[in-house]
Amino acid sequence: MKRRDFLKGCMACGTAATLVVSNQAWGIGTFEGYPEVMGVLVDLTRCVGCRTCEAACNREQKLPAPDEPFDDKSVFKEKRRPTEKAYTVVNRYDTNSPKGPVYRKIQCNHCNEPACLSSCFVNAYTKTSEGAVIYNSKVCVGCRNCLIACPFNVPGYSYSSAFNPVVKKCIFCYDTRLKYGKPPACVEVCPQEVLTFGHRNDLLRIGRERIKEKPERYVDHIFGEKEVGGTSWLYLAGVDFDKVGFDTTMSNDPILSNVKDFLGIVPMVLTIWPALFTGFHLLATKNKDHADHDNGHSGQEVGKP
Amino acid sequence: MKGTGNWFLWGGAMIALFAAPVGSWAKVTPDTLELNALIDLYEKVNFNHTRHIELLKDCGECHHHTTGTLAQNPHCMKCHKNSGATENVACRYCHLGQPFSAVALRQKDRSAYHNDIMGLKGAYHQACSGCHQKMGGPTGCQDCHVRSKRGEAFYSTSSFAHSQAKGEKKLQN
Repeated sequence: MKRRDFLKGCMACGTAATLVVSNQAWGIGTFEGYPEVMGVLVDLTRCVGCRTCEAACNREQKLPAPDEPFDDKSVFKEKRRPTEKAYTVVNRYDTNSPKGPVYRKIQCNHCNEPACLSSCFVNAYTKTSEGAVIYNSKVCVGCRNCLIACPFNVPGYSYSSAFNPVVKKCIFCYDTRLKYGKPPACVEVCPQEVLTFGHRNDLLRIGRERIKEKPERYVDHIFGEKEVGGTSWLYLAGVDFDKVGFDTTMSNDPILSNVKDFLGIVPMVLTIWPALFTGFHLLATKNKDHADHDNGHSGQEVGKP
Repeated sequence: MKGTGNWFLWGGAMIALFAAPVGSWAKVTPDTLELNALIDLYEKVNFNHTRHIELLKDCGECHHHTTGTLAQNPHCMKCHKNSGATENVACRYCHLGQPFSAVALRQKDRSAYHNDIMGLKGAYHQACSGCHQKMGGPTGCQDCHVRSKRGEAFYSTSSFAHSQAKGEKKLQN
Protein backbone atom coordinates (compact mmCIF):
# COMPACT_ATOMS: atom_id res chain seq x y z
CA MET A 1 0.00 0.00 0.00
CA LYS A 2 2.71 2.44 0.93
CA ARG A 3 4.57 1.78 -2.26
CA ARG A 4 1.40 2.42 -4.24
CA ASP A 5 1.01 5.78 -2.52
CA PHE A 6 4.62 6.55 -3.25
CA LEU A 7 4.12 5.74 -6.92
CA LYS A 8 1.00 7.89 -7.02
CA GLY A 9 2.98 10.73 -5.51
CA CYS A 10 5.70 10.25 -8.07
CA MET A 11 3.18 10.36 -10.88
CA ALA A 12 1.63 13.52 -9.45
CA CYS A 13 5.05 15.16 -9.22
CA GLY A 14 5.86 14.06 -12.76
CA THR A 15 2.63 15.54 -14.11
CA ALA A 16 3.23 18.76 -12.23
CA ALA A 17 6.77 18.91 -13.63
CA THR A 18 5.39 18.36 -17.11
CA LEU A 19 2.99 21.26 -16.74
CA VAL A 20 5.64 23.56 -15.29
CA VAL A 21 8.10 22.74 -18.08
CA SER A 22 5.54 23.16 -20.82
CA ASN A 23 4.27 26.37 -19.25
CA GLN A 24 7.74 27.78 -19.50
CA ALA A 25 7.79 26.68 -23.12
CA TRP A 26 4.61 28.67 -23.78
CA GLY A 27 6.21 31.76 -22.34
CA ILE A 28 9.21 31.77 -24.64
CA GLY A 29 9.46 32.15 -28.39
CA THR A 30 6.62 34.59 -29.05
CA PHE A 31 7.79 36.83 -31.88
CA GLU A 32 5.94 40.00 -32.72
CA GLY A 33 7.93 40.69 -35.87
CA TYR A 34 10.88 42.94 -36.58
CA PRO A 35 10.20 46.62 -35.81
CA GLU A 36 11.25 48.08 -39.18
CA VAL A 37 9.75 45.29 -41.23
CA MET A 38 8.64 46.18 -44.77
CA GLY A 39 5.43 45.09 -46.39
CA VAL A 40 3.00 45.57 -49.24
CA LEU A 41 -0.59 46.71 -48.96
CA VAL A 42 -2.70 45.11 -51.70
CA ASP A 43 -5.82 47.13 -52.45
CA LEU A 44 -8.13 44.75 -54.30
CA THR A 45 -10.54 47.57 -55.14
CA ARG A 46 -7.93 49.00 -57.52
CA CYS A 47 -6.94 45.82 -59.36
CA VAL A 48 -8.11 45.45 -62.97
CA GLY A 49 -6.60 42.01 -63.57
CA CYS A 50 -4.01 43.05 -66.18
CA ARG A 51 -1.54 40.41 -64.92
CA THR A 52 1.43 42.72 -65.45
CA CYS A 53 2.67 41.79 -61.97
CA GLU A 54 2.90 38.18 -63.11
CA ALA A 55 4.99 39.21 -66.11
CA ALA A 56 7.28 41.38 -63.97
CA CYS A 57 7.78 38.53 -61.48
CA ASN A 58 8.62 36.18 -64.32
CA ARG A 59 11.27 38.56 -65.68
CA GLU A 60 12.76 39.49 -62.31
CA GLN A 61 13.03 35.93 -61.03
CA LYS A 62 14.14 34.57 -64.41
CA LEU A 63 11.33 32.03 -64.47
CA PRO A 64 10.60 29.85 -67.51
CA ALA A 65 8.31 31.17 -70.25
CA PRO A 66 4.63 30.81 -69.32
CA ASP A 67 2.24 28.42 -71.04
CA GLU A 68 -0.08 31.30 -71.89
CA PRO A 69 0.98 34.90 -72.61
CA PHE A 70 0.63 37.29 -69.68
CA ASP A 71 -2.05 39.29 -71.46
CA ASP A 72 -4.24 36.22 -71.93
CA LYS A 73 -7.41 36.58 -69.85
CA SER A 74 -8.53 32.97 -70.41
CA VAL A 75 -6.44 31.89 -67.41
CA PHE A 76 -9.12 33.41 -65.17
CA LYS A 77 -11.43 30.49 -65.95
CA GLU A 78 -9.84 28.54 -63.16
CA LYS A 79 -8.50 29.47 -59.76
CA ARG A 80 -4.75 29.18 -59.90
CA ARG A 81 -2.17 28.96 -57.13
CA PRO A 82 1.53 29.84 -57.20
CA THR A 83 3.79 27.20 -58.75
CA GLU A 84 7.46 26.65 -59.48
CA LYS A 85 6.97 28.57 -62.74
CA ALA A 86 4.92 31.45 -61.34
CA TYR A 87 5.57 32.86 -57.87
CA THR A 88 2.55 35.11 -58.13
CA VAL A 89 -0.81 34.63 -59.85
CA VAL A 90 -3.92 36.77 -60.20
CA ASN A 91 -7.32 35.14 -59.89
CA ARG A 92 -10.72 36.54 -60.84
CA TYR A 93 -13.74 36.24 -58.56
CA ASP A 94 -17.12 36.88 -60.09
CA THR A 95 -18.88 38.30 -57.07
CA ASN A 96 -22.36 39.67 -57.50
CA SER A 97 -21.08 43.12 -56.72
CA PRO A 98 -22.18 45.93 -59.07
CA LYS A 99 -18.54 47.02 -59.25
CA GLY A 100 -17.81 43.96 -61.41
CA PRO A 101 -15.41 41.09 -60.83
CA VAL A 102 -12.74 41.27 -58.14
CA TYR A 103 -9.15 40.34 -58.93
CA ARG A 104 -6.84 39.03 -56.29
CA LYS A 105 -3.08 38.73 -56.53
CA ILE A 106 -1.67 35.74 -54.68
CA GLN A 107 1.95 35.33 -53.60
CA CYS A 108 3.80 34.50 -50.40
CA ASN A 109 2.40 36.71 -47.67
CA HIS A 110 5.69 36.71 -45.76
CA CYS A 111 4.33 35.90 -42.30
CA ASN A 112 5.81 37.48 -39.20
CA GLU A 113 6.12 33.99 -37.76
CA PRO A 114 6.27 31.73 -40.80
CA ALA A 115 4.92 28.21 -40.54
CA CYS A 116 7.16 27.07 -43.41
CA LEU A 117 10.18 28.19 -41.40
CA SER A 118 9.00 26.36 -38.28
CA SER A 119 8.31 23.19 -40.22
CA CYS A 120 11.67 23.08 -41.99
CA PHE A 121 14.02 20.63 -40.27
CA VAL A 122 17.07 21.61 -42.31
CA ASN A 123 16.58 25.29 -41.44
CA ALA A 124 16.42 26.33 -45.09
CA TYR A 125 14.10 29.26 -44.36
CA THR A 126 15.00 32.69 -42.96
CA LYS A 127 12.78 35.60 -41.99
CA THR A 128 14.96 38.60 -42.79
CA SER A 129 14.80 41.85 -40.82
CA GLU A 130 13.36 43.51 -43.95
CA GLY A 131 10.40 41.14 -43.75
CA ALA A 132 11.12 38.68 -46.54
CA VAL A 133 10.79 34.95 -45.95
CA ILE A 134 13.61 33.52 -48.04
CA TYR A 135 15.01 30.03 -48.37
CA ASN A 136 18.28 28.38 -49.19
CA SER A 137 17.58 25.93 -51.98
CA LYS A 138 21.06 24.43 -51.50
CA VAL A 139 20.10 22.88 -48.18
CA CYS A 140 16.49 22.08 -49.12
CA VAL A 141 16.07 18.32 -49.21
CA GLY A 142 12.68 18.48 -50.88
CA CYS A 143 10.65 17.06 -47.98
CA ARG A 144 7.68 19.38 -48.70
CA ASN A 145 6.84 19.89 -45.03
CA CYS A 146 6.57 23.62 -45.75
CA LEU A 147 3.98 22.97 -48.46
CA ILE A 148 1.81 21.32 -45.85
CA ALA A 149 2.58 23.83 -43.12
CA CYS A 150 1.80 26.99 -45.12
CA PRO A 151 -1.67 28.24 -44.19
CA PHE A 152 -1.96 30.06 -47.54
CA ASN A 153 -1.00 27.12 -49.73
CA VAL A 154 1.78 29.15 -51.28
CA PRO A 155 5.07 27.26 -51.78
CA GLY A 156 5.42 25.54 -55.12
CA TYR A 157 7.59 22.54 -55.78
CA SER A 158 9.82 21.75 -58.72
CA TYR A 159 8.12 18.46 -59.57
CA SER A 160 9.63 18.81 -63.04
CA SER A 161 13.13 18.25 -61.67
CA ALA A 162 13.89 14.54 -61.37
CA PHE A 163 17.15 14.80 -59.44
CA ASN A 164 17.04 17.93 -57.35
CA PRO A 165 13.45 18.94 -56.65
CA VAL A 166 13.26 21.92 -54.32
CA VAL A 167 10.67 24.31 -53.01
CA LYS A 168 10.02 27.47 -55.05
CA LYS A 169 8.19 30.54 -53.86
CA CYS A 170 8.07 34.34 -53.84
CA ILE A 171 11.03 35.78 -51.91
CA PHE A 172 9.85 39.43 -51.92
CA CYS A 173 12.59 40.01 -54.58
CA TYR A 174 14.99 39.93 -51.64
CA ASP A 175 18.21 39.17 -53.52
CA THR A 176 17.77 41.71 -56.26
CA ARG A 177 15.67 44.47 -54.73
CA LEU A 178 14.44 44.41 -51.13
CA LYS A 179 17.98 44.03 -49.78
CA TYR A 180 18.86 47.31 -51.50
CA GLY A 181 15.79 49.14 -50.26
CA LYS A 182 13.91 48.78 -53.53
CA PRO A 183 10.29 47.61 -53.87
CA PRO A 184 9.63 44.20 -55.43
CA ALA A 185 9.21 44.03 -59.21
CA CYS A 186 5.45 43.50 -59.09
CA VAL A 187 4.95 46.63 -56.99
CA GLU A 188 7.03 48.76 -59.28
CA VAL A 189 5.28 47.61 -62.44
CA CYS A 190 1.65 47.73 -61.26
CA PRO A 191 -0.10 50.39 -63.37
CA GLN A 192 -2.96 50.90 -60.92
CA GLU A 193 -0.84 51.11 -57.79
CA VAL A 194 -2.83 48.26 -56.33
CA LEU A 195 0.35 47.48 -54.43
CA THR A 196 1.72 49.99 -51.93
CA PHE A 197 5.19 49.26 -50.60
CA GLY A 198 6.41 50.62 -47.29
CA HIS A 199 7.02 49.96 -43.63
CA ARG A 200 4.39 47.55 -42.35
CA ASN A 201 3.35 49.96 -39.58
CA ASP A 202 2.83 52.76 -42.09
CA LEU A 203 0.84 50.44 -44.35
CA LEU A 204 -1.47 49.49 -41.50
CA ARG A 205 -2.05 53.17 -40.81
CA ILE A 206 -2.67 53.90 -44.50
CA GLY A 207 -5.03 50.94 -44.75
CA ARG A 208 -7.05 52.07 -41.75
CA GLU A 209 -7.26 55.57 -43.15
CA ARG A 210 -8.46 54.38 -46.55
CA ILE A 211 -11.22 52.44 -44.82
CA LYS A 212 -12.12 55.42 -42.66
CA GLU A 213 -12.14 57.84 -45.56
CA LYS A 214 -14.20 55.63 -47.88
CA PRO A 215 -16.24 53.25 -45.73
CA GLU A 216 -18.55 52.54 -48.68
CA ARG A 217 -15.61 51.32 -50.75
CA TYR A 218 -13.93 48.99 -48.26
CA VAL A 219 -14.77 46.14 -45.91
CA ASP A 220 -13.64 47.19 -42.44
CA HIS A 221 -10.78 44.72 -42.15
CA ILE A 222 -7.13 44.51 -43.12
CA PHE A 223 -6.40 40.89 -43.91
CA GLY A 224 -2.95 40.00 -42.63
CA GLU A 225 -2.86 42.49 -39.79
CA LYS A 226 -3.52 39.74 -37.28
CA GLU A 227 -4.11 36.52 -39.21
CA VAL A 228 -1.68 33.74 -38.27
CA GLY A 229 0.30 36.20 -36.18
CA GLY A 230 0.40 38.90 -38.87
CA THR A 231 1.88 38.96 -42.37
CA SER A 232 4.04 41.44 -44.25
CA TRP A 233 1.61 41.48 -47.17
CA LEU A 234 -1.72 43.02 -46.23
CA TYR A 235 -4.99 43.11 -48.12
CA LEU A 236 -7.85 45.59 -48.40
CA ALA A 237 -11.04 44.50 -50.18
CA GLY A 238 -14.34 45.94 -51.27
CA VAL A 239 -16.25 42.68 -50.77
CA ASP A 240 -16.23 40.13 -47.96
CA PHE A 241 -12.88 38.40 -47.86
CA ASP A 242 -14.35 34.90 -47.97
CA LYS A 243 -15.95 35.73 -51.33
CA VAL A 244 -12.54 36.32 -52.92
CA GLY A 245 -10.86 33.16 -51.74
CA PHE A 246 -9.50 34.19 -48.35
CA ASP A 247 -9.74 31.77 -45.47
CA THR A 248 -11.56 33.87 -42.91
CA THR A 249 -11.63 31.08 -40.34
CA MET A 250 -7.91 31.52 -39.82
CA SER A 251 -6.74 31.93 -36.25
CA ASN A 252 -4.83 35.01 -35.15
CA ASP A 253 -2.23 32.77 -33.51
CA PRO A 254 0.81 31.82 -35.53
CA ILE A 255 0.69 28.27 -36.89
CA LEU A 256 3.65 27.54 -34.63
CA SER A 257 1.39 27.95 -31.58
CA ASN A 258 -0.42 24.76 -32.58
CA VAL A 259 2.70 22.71 -31.98
CA LYS A 260 4.67 24.89 -29.57
CA ASP A 261 3.05 23.27 -26.51
CA PHE A 262 3.79 19.82 -27.78
CA LEU A 263 7.33 20.71 -28.84
CA GLY A 264 7.92 22.19 -25.37
CA ILE A 265 7.30 18.76 -23.86
CA VAL A 266 9.70 16.96 -26.18
CA PRO A 267 12.94 17.89 -24.36
CA MET A 268 11.27 17.01 -21.08
CA VAL A 269 10.20 13.63 -22.41
CA LEU A 270 13.67 12.94 -23.74
CA THR A 271 15.57 14.00 -20.61
CA ILE A 272 13.35 13.47 -17.58
CA TRP A 273 11.23 10.50 -18.59
CA PRO A 274 14.08 7.99 -19.11
CA ALA A 275 15.50 8.78 -15.67
CA LEU A 276 12.07 8.87 -14.05
CA PHE A 277 10.88 5.57 -15.45
CA THR A 278 14.22 3.89 -14.92
CA GLY A 279 13.79 4.94 -11.29
CA PHE A 280 10.27 3.49 -11.20
CA HIS A 281 11.53 0.31 -12.77
CA LEU A 282 14.32 -0.02 -10.22
CA LEU A 283 11.93 0.72 -7.37
CA ALA A 284 9.42 -1.75 -8.73
CA THR A 285 11.95 -4.51 -9.19
CA LYS A 286 14.13 -3.83 -6.13
CA ASN A 287 11.96 -5.72 -3.64
CA LYS A 288 10.46 -8.01 -6.22
CA ASP A 289 12.47 -11.03 -5.07
CA HIS A 290 11.50 -10.44 -1.41
CA ALA A 291 7.89 -9.95 -2.37
CA ASP A 292 7.92 -13.20 -4.27
CA HIS A 293 9.39 -14.89 -1.23
CA ASP A 294 6.84 -13.25 1.05
CA ASN A 295 4.01 -14.28 -1.21
CA GLY A 296 5.40 -17.75 -1.34
CA HIS A 297 5.37 -18.01 2.44
CA SER A 298 2.25 -16.22 3.53
CA GLY A 299 -0.05 -16.40 0.51
CA GLN A 300 -2.58 -13.61 -0.22
CA GLU A 301 -3.10 -12.36 3.35
CA VAL A 302 -0.65 -9.44 3.18
CA GLY A 303 -1.70 -8.24 -0.24
CA LYS A 304 -5.37 -7.50 0.28
CA PRO A 305 -7.36 -6.25 3.23
CA MET B 1 -10.43 86.08 -43.94
CA LYS B 2 -9.12 87.54 -40.76
CA GLY B 3 -9.92 91.21 -40.16
CA THR B 4 -11.33 93.64 -42.67
CA GLY B 5 -8.17 95.45 -43.68
CA ASN B 6 -8.05 97.97 -46.40
CA TRP B 7 -10.74 97.21 -48.96
CA PHE B 8 -8.85 98.90 -51.73
CA LEU B 9 -5.86 96.78 -51.05
CA TRP B 10 -7.99 93.65 -51.00
CA GLY B 11 -9.66 94.58 -54.25
CA GLY B 12 -6.30 95.14 -55.87
CA ALA B 13 -5.03 91.87 -54.50
CA MET B 14 -8.06 89.99 -55.83
CA ILE B 15 -7.63 91.47 -59.28
CA ALA B 16 -3.96 90.58 -59.21
CA LEU B 17 -4.82 87.06 -58.05
CA PHE B 18 -7.23 86.48 -60.89
CA ALA B 19 -5.25 88.23 -63.56
CA ALA B 20 -1.78 86.93 -62.87
CA PRO B 21 -2.38 83.16 -62.72
CA VAL B 22 -4.69 83.07 -65.73
CA GLY B 23 -2.19 85.01 -67.80
CA SER B 24 0.81 82.93 -66.82
CA TRP B 25 -1.25 79.73 -66.63
CA ALA B 26 -2.41 80.11 -70.23
CA LYS B 27 1.21 80.42 -71.28
CA VAL B 28 2.41 77.28 -69.56
CA THR B 29 -0.61 75.05 -70.16
CA PRO B 30 0.75 72.44 -72.56
CA ASP B 31 -1.29 71.40 -75.60
CA THR B 32 0.08 67.88 -75.57
CA LEU B 33 2.00 65.94 -72.97
CA GLU B 34 4.52 63.34 -73.94
CA LEU B 35 4.21 60.46 -71.48
CA ASN B 36 7.20 58.19 -71.73
CA ALA B 37 7.67 56.68 -68.27
CA LEU B 38 6.76 53.23 -69.62
CA ILE B 39 9.16 53.47 -72.55
CA ASP B 40 10.63 50.13 -71.47
CA LEU B 41 7.48 48.31 -72.59
CA TYR B 42 5.40 50.77 -74.60
CA GLU B 43 5.84 53.51 -77.14
CA LYS B 44 5.36 56.99 -75.71
CA VAL B 45 1.83 58.31 -75.37
CA ASN B 46 0.94 61.75 -76.67
CA PHE B 47 -1.71 63.00 -74.30
CA ASN B 48 -3.89 65.64 -75.92
CA HIS B 49 -4.30 68.08 -73.05
CA THR B 50 -6.25 70.69 -75.01
CA ARG B 51 -8.89 68.19 -76.08
CA HIS B 52 -9.38 67.09 -72.48
CA ILE B 53 -9.72 70.70 -71.36
CA GLU B 54 -12.38 71.25 -74.03
CA LEU B 55 -14.23 68.09 -73.04
CA LEU B 56 -14.18 68.56 -69.28
CA LYS B 57 -13.95 72.35 -68.88
CA ASP B 58 -13.36 71.87 -65.15
CA CYS B 59 -9.65 71.55 -64.33
CA GLY B 60 -10.56 70.21 -60.90
CA GLU B 61 -11.71 66.93 -62.42
CA CYS B 62 -8.06 65.95 -62.85
CA HIS B 63 -6.05 68.55 -60.92
CA HIS B 64 -7.91 68.45 -57.59
CA HIS B 65 -7.80 72.01 -56.22
CA THR B 66 -4.32 72.92 -57.50
CA THR B 67 -5.51 75.12 -60.37
CA GLY B 68 -7.63 77.14 -58.00
CA THR B 69 -10.95 75.47 -58.77
CA LEU B 70 -13.10 74.00 -56.05
CA ALA B 71 -11.85 70.73 -54.63
CA GLN B 72 -14.01 67.75 -55.67
CA ASN B 73 -13.29 65.51 -52.74
CA PRO B 74 -15.13 66.50 -49.54
CA HIS B 75 -12.13 65.26 -47.58
CA CYS B 76 -9.92 67.83 -49.37
CA MET B 77 -12.47 70.60 -49.06
CA LYS B 78 -11.93 70.71 -45.32
CA CYS B 79 -8.71 72.63 -45.93
CA HIS B 80 -8.69 73.58 -49.59
CA LYS B 81 -12.01 75.34 -49.97
CA ASN B 82 -10.36 78.69 -50.55
CA SER B 83 -6.75 77.78 -51.02
CA GLY B 84 -6.30 79.13 -54.56
CA ALA B 85 -3.95 77.93 -57.25
CA THR B 86 -0.70 76.28 -56.25
CA GLU B 87 2.68 77.28 -57.58
CA ASN B 88 2.98 74.19 -59.73
CA VAL B 89 0.00 72.25 -61.05
CA ALA B 90 1.86 69.49 -62.95
CA CYS B 91 0.91 65.98 -61.78
CA ARG B 92 4.54 65.03 -61.21
CA TYR B 93 4.94 67.88 -58.74
CA CYS B 94 3.12 65.86 -56.06
CA HIS B 95 2.81 62.36 -57.59
CA LEU B 96 6.33 60.94 -57.56
CA GLY B 97 7.70 58.92 -60.44
CA GLN B 98 9.34 56.56 -57.94
CA PRO B 99 6.95 56.56 -54.97
CA PHE B 100 8.53 53.56 -53.26
CA SER B 101 12.21 54.39 -53.53
CA ALA B 102 14.20 54.43 -50.30
CA VAL B 103 14.42 58.23 -50.47
CA ALA B 104 10.67 58.61 -50.99
CA LEU B 105 9.93 56.29 -48.06
CA ARG B 106 12.35 58.17 -45.82
CA GLN B 107 10.75 61.51 -46.68
CA LYS B 108 7.22 60.16 -46.42
CA ASP B 109 4.78 62.46 -44.71
CA ARG B 110 3.35 60.68 -41.70
CA SER B 111 1.10 63.53 -40.57
CA ALA B 112 -2.67 63.45 -40.79
CA TYR B 113 -2.96 64.58 -44.42
CA HIS B 114 -1.20 63.92 -47.74
CA ASN B 115 0.28 60.71 -46.33
CA ASP B 116 -1.10 58.37 -48.99
CA ILE B 117 -0.28 60.17 -52.24
CA MET B 118 -0.18 57.84 -55.20
CA GLY B 119 2.80 57.56 -57.50
CA LEU B 120 2.61 59.22 -60.90
CA LYS B 121 1.80 56.05 -62.83
CA GLY B 122 -0.91 55.01 -60.36
CA ALA B 123 -2.43 58.48 -60.30
CA TYR B 124 -2.57 58.68 -64.08
CA HIS B 125 -4.13 55.27 -64.49
CA GLN B 126 -6.63 55.69 -61.67
CA ALA B 127 -7.70 59.13 -62.86
CA CYS B 128 -7.68 58.41 -66.60
CA SER B 129 -9.24 54.96 -66.67
CA GLY B 130 -11.71 55.87 -63.92
CA CYS B 131 -12.98 58.82 -65.93
CA HIS B 132 -12.81 56.92 -69.23
CA GLN B 133 -15.09 54.29 -67.75
CA LYS B 134 -17.61 56.93 -66.76
CA MET B 135 -17.37 58.92 -69.99
CA GLY B 136 -17.08 55.97 -72.37
CA GLY B 137 -13.44 56.60 -73.28
CA PRO B 138 -10.95 53.87 -74.20
CA THR B 139 -10.02 51.62 -71.26
CA GLY B 140 -7.95 48.77 -72.71
CA CYS B 141 -4.18 48.87 -72.09
CA GLN B 142 -3.34 49.00 -75.76
CA ASP B 143 -6.02 51.56 -76.58
CA CYS B 144 -3.58 54.17 -75.23
CA HIS B 145 -0.24 52.34 -75.13
CA VAL B 146 1.32 50.78 -78.22
CA ARG B 147 3.45 47.87 -77.10
CA SER B 148 7.09 47.84 -78.10
CA LYS B 149 9.16 44.76 -79.02
CA ARG B 150 10.42 44.59 -75.47
CA GLY B 151 6.84 44.81 -74.29
CA GLU B 152 5.89 41.84 -76.45
CA ALA B 153 8.74 39.86 -74.90
CA PHE B 154 7.77 41.00 -71.41
CA TYR B 155 4.21 39.76 -71.81
CA SER B 156 5.40 36.63 -73.65
CA THR B 157 2.82 37.25 -76.33
CA SER B 158 2.28 34.81 -79.17
CA SER B 159 4.25 36.98 -81.62
CA PHE B 160 7.16 36.90 -79.21
CA ALA B 161 6.79 33.17 -78.59
CA HIS B 162 7.11 32.52 -82.34
CA SER B 163 10.33 34.47 -82.62
CA GLN B 164 11.62 32.81 -79.48
CA ALA B 165 10.89 29.33 -80.81
CA LYS B 166 13.29 29.97 -83.67
CA GLY B 167 16.34 29.89 -81.46
CA GLU B 168 16.33 32.42 -78.64
CA LYS B 169 14.82 29.91 -76.23
CA LYS B 170 18.14 28.39 -75.35
CA LEU B 171 19.34 31.69 -73.98
CA GLN B 172 17.06 31.39 -70.97
CA ASN B 173 18.36 28.00 -69.89
